[in-house]
Amino acid sequence: MSGPTPPDDSKETPPKRPVRKRPLRKRPLRKGLLRKRRLGKGKRPVRKRVPRKPKEMPTAPWEGPVPSALGERFADGIEKTVVLGGQKLVVASLAIAPKIVAFLKDAHGFDYLVDVTAVHWPKRERQFDLVWILYSFSLNERVRLKVTVAEGEAAPSVVSLYSSADWLEREVYDMFGIEFENHPDLRRILMPDEWEGFPLRRDYGILQQDGDWVRENLKIESAQ
Amino acid sequence: MAATTLAPPPAAEDTFLDSNELVLNMGPQHPSTHGVLRVILKLDGERVLGADCVIGYLHRGVEKIAENRTYQQFAPYVDRMDYVAAVSNGLGYCMAVEKLLDVEIPPRAQAVRVILTEVNRIASHLLWLGTHALDIGAITPVFLCFREREEALKIFENYCGARLTTHAFRIGGLQYETYDRFEEDCLAFCDLMEEKVKEYHALLTGNRIWVKRTKGVGILNAEDCKNYGVTGPLLRAAGVEWDLRKAQPYSGYDKYDFDVPTAESGDTFDRYIVRMQEMGQSCRIIRQAVGAIPEGPIKGKVGKVIKPPPGEAYVSIEAPKGELGYYVVSDGSLNPYRVRVRPPSFVNLGALDKMCRGTLVADVVAIIGTIDIVLGEVDR
Amino acid sequence: MEELLANPYVGPLVLTVAIILVFPLIVGYMVLAERKVLADLQVRLGPMRVGPYGVLQPLADALKLLLKEDIIPARADKWIFWLAPVLSVFTGLTALAVLPLSDRLYVADVNIGILFILAMSSIGALGLILGGWSANSKYSLMGSLRAAAQMVSYEVPLGFATVTAIMCAGTLSMQGVIDSQFERGVWGAFDNYGLMLIPTVLFIIAGTAETNRAPFDLPEAESELVAGFHTEYSGFRWSLFFLAEYAAIVVISALCVTLFFGGWLRPFPNVELLEIPFNTVFPAGLCLLIAFGCLKGVGKQVVPGFRFLMAAIAAAFLGAAGLFVLPLTNELVIGLFWFAFKLGVMVYLFIWYRGTFPRFRYDQLMDVGWKWLIPISMAGLVLNGAVQLLARG
Repeated sequence: MSGPTPPDDSKETPPKRPVRKRPLRKRPLRKGLLRKRRLGKGKRPVRKRVPRKPKEMPTAPWEGPVPSALGERFADGIEKTVVLGGQKLVVASLAIAPKIVAFLKDAHGFDYLVDVTAVHWPKRERQFDLVWILYSFSLNERVRLKVTVAEGEAAPSVVSLYSSADWLEREVYDMFGIEFENHPDLRRILMPDEWEGFPLRRDYGILQQDGDWVRENLKIESAQ
Repeated sequence: MAATTLAPPPAAEDTFLDSNELVLNMGPQHPSTHGVLRVILKLDGERVLGADCVIGYLHRGVEKIAENRTYQQFAPYVDRMDYVAAVSNGLGYCMAVEKLLDVEIPPRAQAVRVILTEVNRIASHLLWLGTHALDIGAITPVFLCFREREEALKIFENYCGARLTTHAFRIGGLQYETYDRFEEDCLAFCDLMEEKVKEYHALLTGNRIWVKRTKGVGILNAEDCKNYGVTGPLLRAAGVEWDLRKAQPYSGYDKYDFDVPTAESGDTFDRYIVRMQEMGQSCRIIRQAVGAIPEGPIKGKVGKVIKPPPGEAYVSIEAPKGELGYYVVSDGSLNPYRVRVRPPSFVNLGALDKMCRGTLVADVVAIIGTIDIVLGEVDR
Repeated sequence: MEELLANPYVGPLVLTVAIILVFPLIVGYMVLAERKVLADLQVRLGPMRVGPYGVLQPLADALKLLLKEDIIPARADKWIFWLAPVLSVFTGLTALAVLPLSDRLYVADVNIGILFILAMSSIGALGLILGGWSANSKYSLMGSLRAAAQMVSYEVPLGFATVTAIMCAGTLSMQGVIDSQFERGVWGAFDNYGLMLIPTVLFIIAGTAETNRAPFDLPEAESELVAGFHTEYSGFRWSLFFLAEYAAIVVISALCVTLFFGGWLRPFPNVELLEIPFNTVFPAGLCLLIAFGCLKGVGKQVVPGFRFLMAAIAAAFLGAAGLFVLPLTNELVIGLFWFAFKLGVMVYLFIWYRGTFPRFRYDQLMDVGWKWLIPISMAGLVLNGAVQLLARG
């Protein structure tokens, strides 16, 4: 600004910061850091949660030539063929799984192995779900084949049917420790060769692993 | 001094090699392995006898992280897999959880999702084109591609604040409304791209050296593609007209009119042409979608706490690199029990050995480029 | 003093020392020019930080290279590892000796000048081969093997193209070649009713391959072989290879300019009418233009030192313009100007290639060399010989 400002103006300008009307602290400082803070006893009503019945994914029977052919051929091995949430699912026993895959590929044109993966359920007797996802270009259909595998049990490899199973099965082996019979080159793929344990098992302790690593490499205790 | 402390090199008879063969370790630090891919090549002179991929240098245990996060918390992590096409990753994951929840996505959200995913597809292809050309020795296209990619990233930035790992979508729909000039920006981007694709064609397609370096290199025919589970532009370049956006439309792709570009021989040049055409088709989709974004809510009926019923779902989308699948298993708790990602790069890379055999060292680099891998997705 | 100047060894010796001292600096600025031109092709700016518009970048680069750790790999063959860059630089710089920079500026006018240059460039290839071999690294080895094969293959068409030009000129002396072009009143490239364009184009292609420049940069293909034959070199040794590469570019470009584009002659050297526009107006105008550009740039600089530097550069170019205007000094520098100008165009061509072409593959490179360039160069030789014989007697 140029020139002196008239004194009245400066008086009328409002203060830049609003005056705080209440004191900064409502409560006095607690003495002693370890003292427990009291919550108002019984002041807040405890909301009782009524456990809702969990929803379920909609299932429907799967009808068509594929499930009927499957049922005909592998009558005893197939547990169920359903449409779960709009997706086709075959649950079968481990022994006939490669035969089902081969049958689906040869007889129904499921010529593309989308994925091989597993899920670990440590509380179950047969701990692993092994899942194959197959796709047929001609039918434009996707089918999920699920079997259970017990700890230490070897699963059959489908590399001879689909080359893509090579890496996918290696990954399942790497992450879950499920061995595949007749796999040409079953090594770890993502983890280093000397790694111990199988990271994607539910009981694999990541905190334990972190602690070990920090102790070994940084010579201190982990803060995790 | 240093020389004496080294172990003596192995005698020739102790190695598994013939006296004419050579093992060349390519990567994980190598200018053109697109990150930390390591390929162990067995060579006879310059001819490749076999290629063994060593992966996992970027393994972060994304699938393990999912077990300890809630459904929403895990969503940003998927962006870090294929960080070049983060929007596609997010779309796939959101759709998988939505499938578990069985919710309806409002049409407005679906349209915006399609637009952003297609913009991202172009951005991903641009990055591929630049680096692929760089691998083959053309050092200029990469700068031109990054110039255009910048415009795509600006759209993301304006939409959600992030440029690379966007986390643009939420389970159930969208978090944000589109910004004011969203439509204009998208259309301007389409105009720009349609113009610039011609420029890339002028720079590369007619270039004799480019054609020589890519024609007949790394051929993977349709049969092999299916056998190796190879999807995306590689499959289409082999002549299979298969695109999940057409085969099993999701997120309202059936409303848009677009072609699935294919080629015949399945070599590196064909994949280049297919991806170039895909950029044009993406522009077509964006134009249609921008013109008809419906009014309405942007989020479906999803609560703040996401707790899907016990069950499982496999949902896959057509990511820029191929079929990107999410297999999500729920046990009814707040955290996903298991999230399995079916990464296109990982599966496509499995065919590297098949494609490389009998080619020359220079072709290996071209083939790695043409597969279009992102190591964040291969290693997860 | 007079006696000293009359001594036939003094002049060449002074020039030799000057070349050895100045050439690294010239190479530094060639690198800067390459980076700037490439940047222009690639929609970016290039070096902008060290000095105004990055003009001091070469000095910073040189300092960095000299201060870097000199690493010799543990299992390398130390003596050969040491020898290889020296050999490369030695041959590169020696070849400069017979280049006629202008009508009076040259170290030696040897009567076998062209053969000398070809010999030096062949020995220079040994530097690459030894360097790649001694490093005991697979990438280096493959790079050096590629270098060996490439040099051997592309020396043949290069040689044939050179022979065609020599046949036209009738002498092996570099000055003699230029004199003959003056006498015949036409540049070598357009001689023999334009038939000499065949060896000219072949020479440029083979010369690009001979200097390992894109699209023939296979020995150091960075996307395949990391850095090829010099993968294991660092710091000063690496910069020696760099120096040798640019020396080779200068030599090949100079040879091309001398054989086919009239060396230090101005365009249309026999047309008296063009004396003033080509020898005074064009160089002076070019210098004025650059000076004007620098002056405009002064205002944009923020750092006072940079302003001063820009002004100094502008003043230098103004001074150069003055040199071209004065008849006495004009006569001294005009040959050098035209030689440098043509050399610059050639070097620009090399950079342009690098910015636009993808790289050949090894087998394709051999195909191009043996199946196309060599037969065409032989045909060109025969054709030009026949025309020479029939048309000129």
